[in-house]
Amino acid sequence: MAELTYRDAVSRGIAQELANDPSVVFLGEDVAGAGGVFKATTGLLEAFGPKRVRDAPISEQAILGAAMGAAMTGLRPIAEIMFSDFLAVCWDIVANEIAKSRYMTAGQMSFPLVVRTANGGGSRFGAQHSQSVENWAMAVPGLKVVAPSTAVDTIGLLAAAVRDPDPVIFFEHKSCYPMKFDVPDHGGDIVDELGTAKVVREGTDVTIVALALMVHRALDAAERLAGEGISAEVIDVRSLVPLDTATILSSVAKTSRLYTVEENPRLCGWGAEIASIAAEEAFWDLDGPVVRITTPHVPLPAADSLEDATIPSADRIFETIAKSARN
Amino acid sequence: MTTMPSYEEYGNHDPVLPDPLDTTNAELPIDLETRLDLYRLQQEIRLFEKRAYDLFLRGLVKGTSHLSLGQEAIAAGFGAAMRPDDWTFATYRGHAHTLARGVPMTPVLAELLGRANGLLGGKGGSMHLTSVEHGVMGSYAIIGAHLCVANGAAWTAQYNETGQVAVAFFGDGTTNIGAFHEAVNFAKVWNLPTVFVCENNLYMEYTSIGHVSPVANPAADRAAAYGLDSIVVDGNDADAVYSVATTALDRARNGGGPSLIEAKTYRHGGHSRADPGKYRPEEEVAAWMDRDPIPMYHQRLLALGVDESRLSTIATETAAAVETATQEATDGPLPDLASIYTDVWADGGWQWRN
Repeated sequence: MAELTYRDAVSRGIAQELANDPSVVFLGEDVAGAGGVFKATTGLLEAFGPKRVRDAPISEQAILGAAMGAAMTGLRPIAEIMFSDFLAVCWDIVANEIAKSRYMTAGQMSFPLVVRTANGGGSRFGAQHSQSVENWAMAVPGLKVVAPSTAVDTIGLLAAAVRDPDPVIFFEHKSCYPMKFDVPDHGGDIVDELGTAKVVREGTDVTIVALALMVHRALDAAERLAGEGISAEVIDVRSLVPLDTATILSSVAKTSRLYTVEENPRLCGWGAEIASIAAEEAFWDLDGPVVRITTPHVPLPAADSLEDATIPSADRIFETIAKSARN
Repeated sequence: MTTMPSYEEYGNHDPVLPDPLDTTNAELPIDLETRLDLYRLQQEIRLFEKRAYDLFLRGLVKGTSHLSLGQEAIAAGFGAAMRPDDWTFATYRGHAHTLARGVPMTPVLAELLGRANGLLGGKGGSMHLTSVEHGVMGSYAIIGAHLCVANGAAWTAQYNETGQVAVAFFGDGTTNIGAFHEAVNFAKVWNLPTVFVCENNLYMEYTSIGHVSPVANPAADRAAAYGLDSIVVDGNDADAVYSVATTALDRARNGGGPSLIEAKTYRHGGHSRADPGKYRPEEEVAAWMDRDPIPMYHQRLLALGVDESRLSTIATETAAAVETATQEATDGPLPDLASIYTDVWADGGWQWRN
């Protein structure tokens, strides 16, 4: 095992795919010469040259339009949108064009492309550079939606996304970039599978379903819950579309209690869909109400004290579950 | 003190009249067979669009419909000039550009009618005509986006060094949306083989383009901002369009980068559906109807020595083709309801969970 940051896993994943397939290309703002605003793409220009790793102007519609047009004509582009909040300025290309064009053309076109973007809070950037918008993407038919929590998942799921024939919105978490993880150093490609959740801690009393940064906070909370005699199973959803409901529902069948931990603001967050599925399909397995632990339905504040109290913390997850599971 | 611009009563703006016809276009070096192709393409679009309008009024074309009546010379000029492997990106007003690449009439008309034998099996409709095998890479119903998408196809051509060109058609109204400016700038800085073709029919939907643009030529006058030449062409003269298209396509094919072309033209009808276009000054409508591209081109071909019988044969054959397409489209079955659940994903299905 070698130690790798989540940040370096991004560039390693892109490099792996550029090396694997000459039709893979990479574009975005400040991604080539500057190595990315989060330094998650350093070294790619030097390794693969300006034909395949290309800087673009601050033109999100032009960037994603180029990715779409390139994908429909045979390339496999990876496009970076610097902050996921900026998806709002190119949402027409994402939601109206990329997502729908295969369907509208009765399958004449394919869009094997990946939109990578830095998502989530914790950086004190305020309401326009900190949002968790994975639920926006999840709401649009025709998009696959992925959000890794570790370095090895970042490499493996990015590879799976690049090799997938459909468009994938790939949410990297800003607060995960500096985290270090063990990554196999066998030298071969790391390729994972979309649509697969992962049980990252086994337990028998409650099921906690989380995504990206919230997986780490859920694991912290689970450790403390163990001290209270509550055995928590933690599931990293990893992929919102396709959604691995089988792994989630089989855990609920075992524990009979379900909690979601979501960084997105409350209304129509991804956990609401999981709660709805559990209510329809696992009602008789449940021993108590499904509880959603989310960012409240407010824009994110900038100050560290305010932001920390807004996004679900390990404390809040622990306290919510400890209180409700005792009932 | 700042003041609002003076308000001119809606529909009472000064008429914008066509420039005098450039008779030297008859002398452009275009061979006669190409000119006959241009004539046939214009006739096909004209008669098809008239039939589409009739079927709309009869309630057979549902939803909406945006016609290119009066604007046929632009689609025809480019269609004849493009290489078979070049790519067309059209707008919701895209029947003309689709037909001009050789897509047969029946599936296009059947798509307008929502039938299973439609080009898209009824899943796209009038505003999304696409035929990848003919290089028609989609019709896009939200203005601006497809200029960005065309750049992506052009990028593939540049990357693979194939010499292909992406051509994006759009209306004058598009020049005021951000995606237009992003796309033209991007194409220039990446030196992409994209040709942007503004069909300036003088109206953004129901409003005079002069009322919402600070420059007389909404595309050409913006070209300099992106380091491009200002190109204005008579969009009602197929020879002029063909000539400008050939130059721009060759330039793009040979690494010379993008072009932005503004073709002046006029809608014979309204923006969409049954819009009578009453917001247009009568004098203006009359002057442009006198510049109908098809009778003008008919006269030019006669002057160049083509037999009237040859032209009337083309007209007769085209009318017969429209009749056949109408019959085949109206005979088409309704789509299978199972198709609602196909082609969301590349595996053909729609599953989002296990």
